[in-house]
Amino acid sequence: MTLLEVKDLAVEFTTAEGVVRAVRGVDFTVEAGRTLGIVGESGSGKSVTSLAVMGLHRGAAVTGSVRFQGTELIGAPEETVRQLRGRRMAMVFQDALTSLHPYFTIGDQIAEAHRAHFGTGRRAALARAVEVLGDVGIPEPARRAGEYPHQFSGGMRQRAMIALALSCEPDLIIADEPTTALDVTVQAQVLELLMKIQQDRGLGIIMITHDLGVIARVADEVLVMYGGAAAEQAPAETLFSTPRHPYTQGLLDSLPRLDAADGDPLHAIPGSPPSLLSPPAGCAFHPRCARYAAAPEEVRAVCTDGRPPLRLVAEQHRSACLLDPPSAGRTTHQEVTA
Amino acid sequence: MIAFLIRRVAGILLTLVVIAAITFAVFYLLPSDPAAQFCGKDCSADRILLVRQQMGLDDPVTVQFGRYLVGIFAGQTLGSGSYAVHCGFPCFGYSYQSAQPVWDLMMDRLPASASLAVGAAFLWLVMGLAAGVVSALRRGTWLDRTLMVGTIGIAAMPVYFTAMVLLYFVVGQLNLIPYPRYIAFGEHPFQWIQNLILPWITLALMSAAMYARMTRNSVIETMAEPFVRTARAKGLRERRVVAKHGLRPALTPVATMLGMDLGGLLAGALITESLFGLPGVGKLFADSLNKADQPVIMGVTLLASFFIVTSNLIVDVVYAWIDPRARLS
Repeated sequence: MTLLEVKDLAVEFTTAEGVVRAVRGVDFTVEAGRTLGIVGESGSGKSVTSLAVMGLHRGAAVTGSVRFQGTELIGAPEETVRQLRGRRMAMVFQDALTSLHPYFTIGDQIAEAHRAHFGTGRRAALARAVEVLGDVGIPEPARRAGEYPHQFSGGMRQRAMIALALSCEPDLIIADEPTTALDVTVQAQVLELLMKIQQDRGLGIIMITHDLGVIARVADEVLVMYGGAAAEQAPAETLFSTPRHPYTQGLLDSLPRLDAADGDPLHAIPGSPPSLLSPPAGCAFHPRCARYAAAPEEVRAVCTDGRPPLRLVAEQHRSACLLDPPSAGRTTHQEVTA
Repeated sequence: MIAFLIRRVAGILLTLVVIAAITFAVFYLLPSDPAAQFCGKDCSADRILLVRQQMGLDDPVTVQFGRYLVGIFAGQTLGSGSYAVHCGFPCFGYSYQSAQPVWDLMMDRLPASASLAVGAAFLWLVMGLAAGVVSALRRGTWLDRTLMVGTIGIAAMPVYFTAMVLLYFVVGQLNLIPYPRYIAFGEHPFQWIQNLILPWITLALMSAAMYARMTRNSVIETMAEPFVRTARAKGLRERRVVAKHGLRPALTPVATMLGMDLGGLLAGALITESLFGLPGVGKLFADSLNKADQPVIMGVTLLASFFIVTSNLIVDVVYAWIDPRARLS
């Protein structure tokens, strides 16, 4: 069942320096029980995309279509979106320390969401908070519910954040870099927790991250974003085994590998992310693109002529590169996870 | 909490002693002779010597200072023989000018100062918070711009200018109220308000402008915090997001500032009291400065310091009550 269908989503901010086109036409769908991974570096538009879906893009102009369980959210009255927010679709933010309110207890903050959507009484809502805290593996949940965020450890706080998102039993969870602030072992626990909850409840998840390791671990489908647009879109296995877009290939090449020969240098993509105020003409990636640099002048002209569309290059596999050569097998799924 | 309070109170006492020592030293270094002053204009040299002796001015400065400090709590007997006067706790000595106990002088004047300070604080808090919050939530609109330009203008007006303008128009031209004179609250509450309204406005305007700007910045900053975004992501109504999740942390620094400002004002708003002829502690201080009336100046300085350090302590306790992170476990 399709939970979320996003079509041609564009987000623009008007700033003193000009219009920032943070997202420029992105399409994706999320199915119940499946995980969509959105990868990209900072400024690629991945977080803005998720905020726009939730209707939390303050001061930005959003166009396109976001259909959630059949309801169009773009242009919908604020009250309609508010009633879905936290109830049917919930969000897990990156830094739980700053994302949880320092003045209120964890239990209070979770109970508040429940009360807002179900009109539950104070006591029942708090009981529900204790229950979800237990669900996410917080020991002694009844006692910890009375504590403040700063009394929790980093991993516990992120669990509490997940508990908050789960408290109203949503159908979709958007997790924006939920493990970035955590150390590796805790990171693994939190991801496992999310996956377990997904299996138990059939949740749809959007996992936003810059970490390909996280994507390899959890995602069913992957959307690679660059400069506010989709670069490549494919099932996770396909993406890791046969990446088609030079940006995705660059990302995979830049992962450190244990089986690399001694003295093999770590590959990096040269240059820096594009300015969203005045993006490069044509393909946003071409100034950093090895394939573009290697191509003959007359062939590569297409890269600067206009924005390359996302084209179907194989079954369920789309890439936005006009210089796409026949694909060759590369990194396998397992190698990235390891 | 108990240990914290004990530590803080000890710190307060130490601060007060240091302030007393500095004030005392300043007067010791001044060329004026308290004995000559106390004795009056037509005193003979012999008599001045006698007075010096009786006032203990021949003792080393440290002894004098020690006597002053101990005297505050234990009381002290000044002079000797038939001239002896006992001054009980809390003893800050006698005014050289009026020969009245300093403590009584200050307590006589305190109600006027406190009335002025508390009323003005209430006024500027209401005006400042309202303007600041509205400005922040309507950021970038004409209302915000008007308010913020207005606050710069108001903040730029000196107190004596405001006072003169108010007196000229409200009292002089429009005859709305009679020229203000202080009437105690207990005597006639309505006239108390009527006579204090101009001093209140005078004292409150500049602070209201500063509070408005500070509140606006604080609210804007807080509303951009990730925890406010989380509150919205939970699906709370915007009104609740602002009132519960935004304003509480945004107003914490304002409460801190209010505590300090109010503490400083309780012991007298020197200029405003002088402008309106209010019989407050500030006026007492100004008059004593003119006459180099050391005991009164010492007393008022210590009283003012006491209010400031105490309000600081209260602010800290309130802060811990508002923000759980400040509660040390």
